[in-house]
Amino acid sequence: MIEVNNLRKSFGELEVLKGIDQNVDNHEVLVIVGPSGSGKSTMLRCINHLEEPTAGEIYIDGELITEKNLDTIRTKMGMVFQQFNLFPHMSVLENCTIGPVRVKGEDEETAKAKALKMLKRVGLEEKADAFPKSLSGGQQQRVAIARALTMEPEVMLFDEPTSALDPEMVGEVLDVMKSLAKEGMAMVVVTHEMGFAKEVADRVIFIDGGVIVEQGTPEEVLGNPQEERTKDFLSKVLV
Amino acid sequence: MALYWKGFCIACKGIPTTIWVSIVALLVGALLGLLLALGSQGKNKVLKAICRVYIDVVRGTPMIVQALVFAYGIPQLLQANGIMFKWPYLVIPAVMCCGLNSAAYMSEVVRSGIQAVDKGQMEAARSLGMSKRMAMRLIIIPQAVKIILPAFCNEFVTLIKETAVLSYVGVIEILRRGALWNAQSFETFPAYIGVALAYMLLTIPLTMIIGRH
Repeated sequence: MIEVNNLRKSFGELEVLKGIDQNVDNHEVLVIVGPSGSGKSTMLRCINHLEEPTAGEIYIDGELITEKNLDTIRTKMGMVFQQFNLFPHMSVLENCTIGPVRVKGEDEETAKAKALKMLKRVGLEEKADAFPKSLSGGQQQRVAIARALTMEPEVMLFDEPTSALDPEMVGEVLDVMKSLAKEGMAMVVVTHEMGFAKEVADRVIFIDGGVIVEQGTPEEVLGNPQEERTKDFLSKVLV
Repeated sequence: MALYWKGFCIACKGIPTTIWVSIVALLVGALLGLLLALGSQGKNKVLKAICRVYIDVVRGTPMIVQALVFAYGIPQLLQANGIMFKWPYLVIPAVMCCGLNSAAYMSEVVRSGIQAVDKGQMEAARSLGMSKRMAMRLIIIPQAVKIILPAFCNEFVTLIKETAVLSYVGVIEILRRGALWNAQSFETFPAYIGVALAYMLLTIPLTMIIGRH
């Protein structure tokens, strides 16, 4: 599904990713953990080229991402941001139909029906006509997930989706993500929610200093880490 | 008192011309300003340089000089090169000049408006598979418009006042009306007070409307 080969990314002098190799299979949930500044968000953003890699290749379904096929390939990947990034000048429903209608050329009615289905799935069908700013953070993030889903992606990318939320709203977003994972959606999730990682991840990678320090099942990486850096990090996160 | 009233009434006859010249200039300015803003921010280096030079030249020279070049300089240059050319109406180069001038200022307003839209909006649009162009059109510009609307209205007020310069290139707008009456009657003070009042009749209500929003 996703193949990352020797991914490197520098911002000016600073090399943030120092050669990452990673695959994500169909239906697989990959959780990326690591301290802030470790490069985990950058890695995720490189996968759909929101950050252009300095070196290395990303393949989606065996197809190399290039400047030319970028827009098409991006429709296969749904992205959910820390700051939600809903379009404030559009209603919730319009947020969810604009992609299918404008990018995929679906007709208005089909897109609407599908959007309502996705909104129902995240439990916000009744908010279809509301505007983003009238929603709570948790609701906005669920709409953002619905918006991504209406493009019928093959994989969902989550960039710290609960980090900007008030604590009482984290659960509702994680629940949606869990149900997605159960339905077999391939997911790459950057998160600090270790509970979520343990419960949902098929595989966890721990990134620090721009390299993958350790990877394996959640039990291996989070339950029985081998590397000093992983142990150190987890001792600080898992209080 | 009667003289002032007369001066005011004469100046008011120029209001329609002043208004339509300002509106056309505003529209030209907005459209071209948007293109300039996009061009000066885009990836194409040649286009970027052209936009930059344009903005610098226009902002770095007085509008009256630009108006004189347009209205009188260009026809003279063409005639000197054997091309028979004369503006059918002097209001044409005048409006063009105002529009092109306004565009340079407007482009800065538009640029700052676009930059004020959160970066995440572009990222969200792109990650849905939109091209940069489509994202600009559907997501960024509608939000930028809202941000720049007050500045846009201010630009309209500024334009109304700046069109006074066009009286020097033969456009019979508010100032020109007053100046002509002055030349005829030598009622200099009432004539120009009338002109000032006529401009205020336009600018004050506009400013009040803007201020309320």
